Amino acid sequence: MNHVTATHAWLRRNLFSDAFSGLTTLLLLAGAFCWLPGLIDWMLLQAVFEPDAAACHAVNHAGACWGVVADKYRFILFGRYPYAEQWRPLLATAMLLLVIATSGLRLMSRAPLLAAWALALPAFLILMGGGIVGLSPVGSDQWGGLPLTLLLATMGMLLALPLAILVALGRQSGLPLLRGLCMLYVELVRGVPLISVLFLASFLFPIILPQGFSIDVLLRVQAGIVLFAAAYLSETIRGGLQAVSGGQHDAAAALGLDRWQAMRWIILPQALRAVIPSIMNSAVSVFKDTSLVTVVSLYELTGSLALALAGDAEWRSFYLEGYLFIGLIYWIGCYAMSCFSRTLESGK
Amino acid sequence: MRLPNITRGLLAVIALLLLPVAPSSAGKTLDQVRQRAQLVCGVSTGVIGFSSADSQGRWSGLDVDVCRAIAAAVLNDPNKVKYVPLNAQQRFTALQSGEVDLLSRNTTWTLTRDASLGLTFTAITYYDGQGFLVPKKLKLTSAKQLKNAEICVQSGTTTEKNLSDWFKAQGIKIKPVVFEKFEASIKAFFSGRCQAYTTDASALAFIRSKEAPRPDDYAILPELISKEPLGPVVRRGDDEWFAIVKWVIFALIEAEEYGVTQANLEQMKASTDPAIQRLLGRAEDSGKLLGLERDWAARAVKAVGNYGEIFQRNVGSASPLKLPRGVNALWNKGGLMYAPPVR
Repeated sequence: MNHVTATHAWLRRNLFSDAFSGLTTLLLLAGAFCWLPGLIDWMLLQAVFEPDAAACHAVNHAGACWGVVADKYRFILFGRYPYAEQWRPLLATAMLLLVIATSGLRLMSRAPLLAAWALALPAFLILMGGGIVGLSPVGSDQWGGLPLTLLLATMGMLLALPLAILVALGRQSGLPLLRGLCMLYVELVRGVPLISVLFLASFLFPIILPQGFSIDVLLRVQAGIVLFAAAYLSETIRGGLQAVSGGQHDAAAALGLDRWQAMRWIILPQALRAVIPSIMNSAVSVFKDTSLVTVVSLYELTGSLALALAGDAEWRSFYLEGYLFIGLIYWIGCYAMSCFSRTLESGK
Repeated sequence: MRLPNITRGLLAVIALLLLPVAPSSAGKTLDQVRQRAQLVCGVSTGVIGFSSADSQGRWSGLDVDVCRAIAAAVLNDPNKVKYVPLNAQQRFTALQSGEVDLLSRNTTWTLTRDASLGLTFTAITYYDGQGFLVPKKLKLTSAKQLKNAEICVQSGTTTEKNLSDWFKAQGIKIKPVVFEKFEASIKAFFSGRCQAYTTDASALAFIRSKEAPRPDDYAILPELISKEPLGPVVRRGDDEWFAIVKWVIFALIEAEEYGVTQANLEQMKASTDPAIQRLLGRAEDSGKLLGLERDWAARAVKAVGNYGEIFQRNVGSASPLKLPRGVNALWNKGGLMYAPPVR
């Protein structure tokens, strides 16, 4: 077929199928023409890429100052982690990302994958925390940036999901006390903002704990995030459980499966399958909610960016470029999760 | 099943809530600092000239130098400090809960804070005050002309309250426009959202010179509407530690008064002036009274210089802020910096 007519047909079908879509296309094109040159000009043509504050100030915001990222990327990515030891969070992050990617792309079967997780998480903590195998100890309060964001989000979801399933099952239980407790937990935790859960975990606990007895602040905050995420997730999963028709229970019973077997092999797989988009929604929001831990002096990505810029006379005015940089990191993370969710849904 | 776990958890939480709140200090901060061979210092999340981290995470600033001086006096090493950046909301809780030994974080000394938070302010390291930045085209010469003006201000500190208090006292109506983030507040001001911007005078000059699109279009009004004495804070109930922090600062001020600097410290040790001999531990042993080594003050000066040097390096002429000494000059040079005698 003639190439030109093919293009023409494609245009016609996708962009100008009727008056309304044609108008929309034209409006969008006009918008792009007004907007894109300025954006490209700012982001690339007039931008300063070298870590040179004087050059950035000379451009005076007419172009982006990516130099701020070039100068500060280590602080933004690894926060207050001791500078000389930053290969450790780098390695730990790369390893964790690798395991996450392997799981997401389904490159391994279940058993080796579980083993990889079982190795990666302790290895992550050992690399970050040190104190053994010749690594100098680094307190968890000094962890920061991307590894902290990843750790909080990954552990948050990994631990919240089983807890949420238990709570969702608890809410369907025949025992009134258990049902009541699960409901109380969900309603209590959902009724307060995450930020107050974090404040509680970070500040109230050390004050009410007996003197000399303390739990690591990261652990407290992580527990807060898990409890919070689990409350939301459990409702999602409960919705999935209710969507599985009663006939499935009966069919499982007819096969001679007891209640737990039926739950494990018949009901839960269908229920979870039905709510994959919602679970992924929660995962995305847990990932982004980790930025709230800044308020309790844990400096994850957004926190370490603020820390890197707020007190720096030379670079402070270029915070927008810094936020765009970490915005890109968040976007990549969230987009990867969306892709993962789509492959799960399509059941490949 | 979940039941026992949840019940146990709930009971534990209830039991914890019923525990009497433990006294906020065990009174042994000095021992703890020595034991871990590290001073844990609460600082800001970034205030130029006072405490800020560079690209490699190294801290500097006037508040940071106070931490270094104390670490030098106590541990004989100004680098044995761990800095914990704290925001305005969490700073006092962090000190109360024992997370930090010392809060050296541009914090204003007020009666409420001193008397009700289980904390004690030690000494004043910087006298600040709140001022106004206005566009020159409004042709204002006094803050009293800001009638019905919209004034951009950052929330969460004493700044916002000072603003409403002062104009109330003047009988002038203004409209505060409150921002949570510093960046947002100055962006709004420089894009013309407000007729004036208010914050501590120590920050205003720098905002004008570095953040304004054209510095010459803006002026700082003469009024300072508040007193903002800034200084380190310690937990209440540990008088020994309180005295150490206080006297290290006094020693730095007195070193300036006697002309003892980082550079001439060794020559000064040979000085015959009894006051200098006392300060540097050559005559009687003032360190023993504080629970420190004999040469505690000399170590502090050796680490960070005297108060004047700290000032010049971080906020004064040798810094980007270029603040004049003003009221922060020594008492015998027309300022307010006055230390009780080290003797």
